[in-house]
Amino acid sequence: MSPEVETLVAILVATLRAGTPLVFAALGELVTEKSGVLNLGIEGMMLIGAVAGFIATVLTGCPFAGVVFAMLAGTLVSLLFGFLTLTLLTNQVATGLALTIFGIGLSAFVGLGYIGTPIQGLQPLAVPFLGEIPVLGPLLFRHDPLVYLSLALLAAVAWFLARTRAGLVLRAVGESHEAAHAIGYPVIAIRYLAVMFGGAMSGLAGAYLSLVYTPQWTENMTAGRGWIALALVVFATWRPARVLLGAYLFGGITIVGLHIQAAGFEASSHLLAMLPYLATILVLVLISRDATRIRLNAPAALGKPFHPDA
Amino acid sequence: MWLRLEPRAQASRRLRTAAPLIALALTLASGTVLFGALGQNPILALHTFFIRPIDSLYGLSELAIKAAPLALCAVGLAIGFRGNVWNIGAEGQLTMGAICGGGLALAFYGAEGPWLLPLMVLAGGLGGMAWGAIPALLKTRFNANEILTSLMLSYVAIQLLGYLVHGPWRDPEGYNFPETRLFGEQALLPVLLEDTRLHAGVVLALIAVGLGWLLLSRSFAGFQIKVVGQAPAAAAYAGFSRGRVVWLSFLIGGGLAGIAGLGEVAGPMGQLNPTVSPGYGFAAIICAFLGRLHPFGVLLASLLLALLFLGGESLQMHLNLPLAITGVFQGLLLFFVLACDVFVRYRVRFGRAAVGLAP
Repeated sequence: MSPEVETLVAILVATLRAGTPLVFAALGELVTEKSGVLNLGIEGMMLIGAVAGFIATVLTGCPFAGVVFAMLAGTLVSLLFGFLTLTLLTNQVATGLALTIFGIGLSAFVGLGYIGTPIQGLQPLAVPFLGEIPVLGPLLFRHDPLVYLSLALLAAVAWFLARTRAGLVLRAVGESHEAAHAIGYPVIAIRYLAVMFGGAMSGLAGAYLSLVYTPQWTENMTAGRGWIALALVVFATWRPARVLLGAYLFGGITIVGLHIQAAGFEASSHLLAMLPYLATILVLVLISRDATRIRLNAPAALGKPFHPDA
Repeated sequence: MWLRLEPRAQASRRLRTAAPLIALALTLASGTVLFGALGQNPILALHTFFIRPIDSLYGLSELAIKAAPLALCAVGLAIGFRGNVWNIGAEGQLTMGAICGGGLALAFYGAEGPWLLPLMVLAGGLGGMAWGAIPALLKTRFNANEILTSLMLSYVAIQLLGYLVHGPWRDPEGYNFPETRLFGEQALLPVLLEDTRLHAGVVLALIAVGLGWLLLSRSFAGFQIKVVGQAPAAAAYAGFSRGRVVWLSFLIGGGLAGIAGLGEVAGPMGQLNPTVSPGYGFAAIICAFLGRLHPFGVLLASLLLALLFLGGESLQMHLNLPLAITGVFQGLLLFFVLACDVFVRYRVRFGRAAVGLAP
């Protein structure tokens, strides 16, 4: 392989890895939003997942246990959000912000003794023969299991929302909770499930960062990825397949920035670190410019509280 | 359902005042449990957290110093939240204020005069305003969600500050530490009380609270903001412009946050370094809600949040507990504040609804 091809393959593989946590988090939020609930707490849930997964891995020595534990932890804190917004009817925007502030604080507090602890993170699969193929091998067959899981989950969510009855009910609840309630669907229960799915996926996204991507625990290690995932849902106009495109786009921007620096160009790491955030703003502007398109695609009841007697 | 909410015909006035206090009590109770779980004597820990930092004049002055940036940011945010404009990028606007005001101090280093400080305050306010104008423009012109854009811009501003103090603005005699040189004497806010760090920024915060109250309660613009926030349809009939409210909220919020940032660098810090704010811009969101989006309430809430910051430091110093406890308390407090709000608007009933009563 020529060095140019090798660099290109390395960039693509790294892009995939950088995009995968965004795929998880954005998919979870997409399902939550499709049910009509806006959860701005992804960043907090990701951090809780990251720290919970890391600690579980340190204690058990098994990163798979860490992944499961991270998803449980994410689900648990999302239940807190669900209880406040769905049962106590608090403002979803404010509660989501509270969840993020709480998650940042709690994860920093719980993870204090684990900063710098070395772990054996989740290892890439070693597919015999196929993994040896030049270019295609590293691109397709040498990833860690979670990369494949993210693709499988994406397909599952797309199928669930578009092709199943339960998916249709979920979307109905998100479009008009009054109508869904009148037909007899349990609006609140369905929203609880959607919120919990979002929590589990955010936990998974956090675990990917602390168990695969870095793999270590540092305070506030998500660095805004939870918010980028929120923007991705808008960017994707609430369609699962486009989430994938957006996530890899953002992953790519991060990685290309790193490679520019590695290639010896004089560029401040601080200025390069701005790129994903600036890119997020740019795509939000490009997508949102067409107000009709957002209105047509966004769940109509998004962010509105539901009270059966009101 | 095991828990039902019956809407009240009228929001309870008594509970409206009591709710933040109930939330505070619940936070304290959780804190007691938390400290107990950490193997600390809860009474001693709570004393170290809430009483010890402010048992002296110096402690009280430190409380005021920390409350000032919180109040400045939170008053601006509260005005926006009233109008349903979600500016959560106060942290970035604060940072830009610090950069612009501090940059002026560095530019005129060695050539200062009494004119410098007012110019710095102005530059800080304008810097924050300009940073706040970006999400406002993107919202009104391109319909881009202001929550996400204002937050993304916070990350950008923090990176910009990092770039400046690591690179072009680094102190030439600073042994490569990522910080600027110390500002000249006339670029610093005057100290109000001898032997403390109490600086004039506190006065600016009090003025902001007063002006914020005048705007919201006594001006037509404030009325428009509230109507647009509470009843968008009515506002549209009345011809109140939503775009105007977005602009107003972001310019006021950004400007005040910018002044808060300038107050930090020209006050207790006296220079720029990578961490101008320990999260004042985000904690200000809690202040805004805890203070019921009312400027006077915000002022009280800022004092409480300032105490949380001080208490965290005190716990670290005296009981060797991690500083991160402050963040846990902040999150808990906001959760409880939001949850307690429900009692203002609803009666809580347990058990199932009687059959036949449901419409």
